[in-house]
Formats: sequence, structure tokens, C-alpha cells
Amino acid sequence: MRHILSILVENESGALSRVSGLFSARGYNIESLTVAPTEDPTMSRMTIVTEGSDDVIEQITKQLNKLVEVVKVVDLTEGNHIERELMLVKVRAAGKERDEMKRLADIFRGRILDVTDKSYTIELTGPGEKLDAFLGAIEPGVILETVRTGASGIGRGERILRV
Amino acid sequence: MQLTGAEITIRCLQEEGVEYVFGYPGGAVLNIYDELFKQDKVKHVLVRHEQGAVHAADGYSRSSQKIGVALVTSGPGVTNAVTGIATAYMDSIPMVVITGQVPTHAIGQDAFQECDTVGITRPCVKHNFLVKDVKELASTMKKAFYLATTGRPGPVLVDIPKDVTQAATEFVYPKTISLRSYNPVTKGHAGQIKKAVQLLLEAKRPMIYTGGGVILNNASSQLTRLVRLLGFPCTNTLMGLGSFPGTDPQFTGMPGMHGTYETNMAMQDCDVMLAVGARFDDRVIGDPKHFYRADRRIIHIDIDPSSISKRVKVDVPIVGYVADVLEEMLKLIESSPQRPDPAALKAWWSQIKEWQRKDCLKYDRASKLIKPQFVIEKLYEITKGDAFITSDVGQHQMWAAQYYKFDKPRRWINSGGLGTMGFGLPAAMGVQMVNPDATVACVTGEASIQMCIQELSTCKQYHLPIKIVNLNNRYMGMVRQWQEFFYGNRYAESYMDALPDFVKLSEAYGHVGLKIEKPGDVEGALKEAFAQKERLVFLDFITDQSENVFPMIPGGKGLTEMILAEEL
Repeated sequence: MRHILSILVENESGALSRVSGLFSARGYNIESLTVAPTEDPTMSRMTIVTEGSDDVIEQITKQLNKLVEVVKVVDLTEGNHIERELMLVKVRAAGKERDEMKRLADIFRGRILDVTDKSYTIELTGPGEKLDAFLGAIEPGVILETVRTGASGIGRGERILRV
Repeated sequence: MQLTGAEITIRCLQEEGVEYVFGYPGGAVLNIYDELFKQDKVKHVLVRHEQGAVHAADGYSRSSQKIGVALVTSGPGVTNAVTGIATAYMDSIPMVVITGQVPTHAIGQDAFQECDTVGITRPCVKHNFLVKDVKELASTMKKAFYLATTGRPGPVLVDIPKDVTQAATEFVYPKTISLRSYNPVTKGHAGQIKKAVQLLLEAKRPMIYTGGGVILNNASSQLTRLVRLLGFPCTNTLMGLGSFPGTDPQFTGMPGMHGTYETNMAMQDCDVMLAVGARFDDRVIGDPKHFYRADRRIIHIDIDPSSISKRVKVDVPIVGYVADVLEEMLKLIESSPQRPDPAALKAWWSQIKEWQRKDCLKYDRASKLIKPQFVIEKLYEITKGDAFITSDVGQHQMWAAQYYKFDKPRRWINSGGLGTMGFGLPAAMGVQMVNPDATVACVTGEASIQMCIQELSTCKQYHLPIKIVNLNNRYMGMVRQWQEFFYGNRYAESYMDALPDFVKLSEAYGHVGLKIEKPGDVEGALKEAFAQKERLVFLDFITDQSENVFPMIPGGKGLTEMILAEEL
């Protein structure tokens, strides 16, 4: 099953490689990994999307907690949560395709950030499946370039992750 | 007063009460060595290769409860030390490794003797630090000692660039330290402990299975009291030998790939298993699917939550220091009127005795060739079972574990997790350093001993009267055994050709060498060697080449799928 792990780590050089090194050394999957400092500049927050049975996820969580720089680990998928990912996609938009592409971007609540006479660069935010759906809805041939941030996640309601 | 980074490094070691540092100098650590030279509280032991320094610090720690400290230079100093660090990491040995680094401004420039020490050692340390500012040096050293010795112990590395050892700052050594991201659970959950005790008291076919965690946490006396109070059978893993007396009738021998028949059968057949500071390693339980039994309840006490339910699902997990948890269990049992069902226990013991009748460790005592098992038995007799025994890795290691009965913890020093050939001799140096009056023997083979043979020179320099028991079968014995069993007798590269004359070699290093070729000479040679209290004696026993270690569970098989000597 797909899990989203939220991790608070000390904002120190090397913390990221400790976490990513753990995943590769123990053969765990990383579907995506994002990291940035939090409101407390001494701490960073990572979101890791991973795949695994309950036993594997339990081991991943325990192993992460064992890393000295990891302050806290939460599996967001254990409760209600919000998941968002940002995608920038550059598509060919010329002639008849141009209007169609604009309409499709509107339907997916995308924003066109950059325009040339042959292309659009579209910004799209949402859960991973929504971004996948957008890419599925357009001709593969018109996609010139895509870049995705990987998922960020947060618990719904009162549920918070902090020290 | 302002002190340089080099002075601070040494002052920190003094503050921590470090007696010995095992190391090897080089460019990046010259300032630190200069400060070592100017004081006499911390003594330095000069090894002949950095791997030896780390193994010596490791043996020092394993045999004494103290923390081991190693000091090496940047680049090749570090890469040579990696095997030693990984060895200590796999066996959870508390250790601080101080490494020199090129100056901060040169880091990343491919400078002479530069390597990414923190990157290279990251997967084989509990934690590591690169100190970029001398102001952080003292607190980092404090953290290193704290991390290495608390929770599940392990090696911690502090990488110090050369300019940091030159820069000066005020020296303040913190008395205590706390890290918000590091708070190991050390006290077992009371409810879980109660549940565990209840299970134990209701057990019909109990088994107590304990590992290196009992030794690391000095929980031997608690374990011994508990086993005797309950009257249960007890097994110690390779890492745990000596935590329950090996001569006690309740001790059933080691479990696992080369464990005793009775222990493996009991491990598989028990209805309640108490696992203490052990981790259900592949060499102990074999295939977890085969090990699984729906009707067996497992209690697992460990300081490391990630060791619990990693390979085997357990029913009652207890995270905490094993000594404290065992103490709590003892209190509960002592205050309870309930005792395990004596009839069930009697039936269980008679089943175990039945298994013991297989006499799985028997070997040909009438052989005209020297049997390695016989050498270990004689070693046991002559040292009265009271020596510190280090070993390398292979057949000799298994025979030492099977035939030397360890009655005390920290007497059996071997690389169980990583299985590092070359560990035995340098480890013995550390053992002898911290136990100067004790009898120390290194059981080894002609292949393993050559991996760190250069340390014979260190032994000479520091007058370490270690006795080297070389079981010389002219083969990498364990490799040969696997090739015989599983590779159709194709002995690919396992024959040790062009062996040195070990007697002459020992003499060249300034030691005593003895070569023994007949079974009748074994006892006399051992007596002669151990009588030489001041000298290192290298005993080269020419043993039966075809001897194999039994019982044996082939890799990936189940606990009860043992090959016994008689079946071949």
C-alpha cells in the first residue's frame, strides 16, 4: 500500500543523505521525497511517499526514528490528510490545439504561466492522481517537458506534527 | 583560557576518562598527536594498520564495559578503518572514532588524502559528525560519547579538519547533554512485563534465548537468576556466550547454523520463547517461514524497537534496557505464588535430554591427526575455562564457540555480525591492554591470521603476551566445507598455498613459535605456551584438513533441518 510519511529532521547538512541512504541501504522504495525548512529554521520537514506492506512500513518508521537527526515521524495515511503536488508542464500549443489546451487547463484549474506562439507552460496543483489525469487527458505527443515536486502532505483538522 | 582544537580533543578524552587510544598518525592528525605527546593521562597504542586500531579499541570495549577509542588520519587512514567500524557497528560496540580531515577550505577540492569520511562511514556508524568550527568541538565530542554508550550502543565517528585542530577557543566541556531528536526508550512497559511474566509462568515448553544485548547491558546476573528461578532451559547466541554459565546444566548450548541439536530442536518446539537482547538473525533461526509456529508465543526484550518484529513477529514486545526489564520480571515472579507447572517442565526437560543423547558435538577422538575440536577442549582445560578468548572468522570460530565453555560474560570476543577475518589478533591486543594480568588467547586459522598478521609487531612493542592458537588446516576451512557440501568438492581458491613458516615468522617478530603436528603433543605445547607468562607464543597446530563443523543447517533452511556428523 502507498504511504505518505511526514518527517521532522534537524536542519543539518547530511540529514537528507541519512534518510535517503537508509531507504537505499535497506531496499525500501521512494516514490517521491520533498524537503524544505519549517517555520522553525532549525528543523526541516520531509514528505516521503513510499510503497510497502504493513510490516515494511513499520520497519521503515522504526528505522527512521533510529536516525539521530530524525525528530519525529508520522504516517499521514493512518488518518485523514491532505496531499498536494505541484506540476509545471510545457506543452505544444499551436493552431487548433491552442484553444483545446487552454480549455483543458481551465477544466483542471491549471494556470498558464508562460506563453509563446507555439507553447504554453501550465501550472497544476493537486493530489498526484489529478496531475496524472491531466497528463492522461492530453496527447502524449504535445508534452514537451514536465516537472513535478512530489507530494507534500498535512493532517486534516486538529492533527498536527511538531515537537 | 583559549585552547586549540587539538588540545580540546585530548582534554575531552581526559574528561571522559579514556585510558587508551588506539591509532596511527598522519598529516591531518599531526596537531592532535602533538598534544597527545605533551601529556601522559591518555596513553596511545600504535598499531600497524588502521583496521587493527579499530579492532583493538573494539576488543578493549567488549572485554571491559568501557568505551573504545580509535584515532586515525584522513583519507586512507579512514578507509582502512572502515572494516573495523563496520565490525563494531554490526555487534553494537560502544566506540568513538576520531578521524583527521583535510582543512575546511580544502574539503571538496580532491585534496591530498581527502575522502568523504562522513559519507563513506554513514551506513556503518550509529552517528557521525564533521566538526567545521572549533567552537563546536567540545560539545560534539560530548555528544559522540553520549550517543555511543546509550540506547543501543554503537560506533560514533568525529571527523576533525586540520584547521579546526589549529584554531583556538575557550574550552568548556558540557557535564550533560541532551538531544531533542534522540531519546531511546530505556524503561520497559510495566503492562507488557506483567503479560510476559504471566506467559512464562504458564509455559509448558519454555525456552530462554539470549544474545549480545545481555552482555552489552551487563544483564548477566539478572539473566542467571531468572533462568535458575524458573528452571527453564537457556541458550546463548554466538554473541551472547558467557551471559549464562556455559557449564550450567540448564545451558543447552549455542543455537543456530552450528548450534547444538537439542537447542535447535527446543527453539523450534517450545511453546513460549523469551528472547532477550537477541535479534532472530538468519544464522540463528534460519528461514523465518520454517521457524514460524502458530502455537508458539514469543516475548522479545530489546533496547532497539527496530529489532522487534523485524524477521519474526512477536507477541509481547518489550522495549528497554534488558537488565532493568529482567530485574522487573524477577521482582514480579519472586512476589508471585505461582510457579511453572512442574510436571510439564519435567516432561519438557526429559524431551531435551532425549535430544541431548544425540551427542551432536562428538568427534573422532582416536584420530591420528590433530582434531581442531580436541585443541579447543585442551585449551579449555589448561586455561581452566577462565581465559579471554578472541577469534577470527570461520571453522575455528565455531569450534571455539562450541567447545570452550564460557562461564562469564565478556570472555568470548568475536565478530559475530560482520564476520570479519583479521579481527582476532588486534582484538586480543585491546583485551590484553585492559586486562593486563589475564590470560588472553586468540583462536584463529592460517587464513584469518594473515589478514592482520602485521599486528604481531604491535604485540612486541607493548609486550602483550597473547597466545595465538592457530588451527592450521591449509584451507579457508569454512569455504572448503561449503564447497564440499554444496559445490561438488570443487575447492575454488580455498586452498592456502605458499603458507609462511609461522614459527619463523613469529620469531622474526620477536615472539616464540611452536609447531605441533601430533595429537599427543597438543597438551604439552599448550602447557608450555601458557607457562610463558611474559611472551607471545604462536602455536601452529597442523590439524585434520577434512574436519567439518557439525551440526550444520544449510543456508536458508529451517532450524530442525540440521546435518549431523553421523549422517555423513
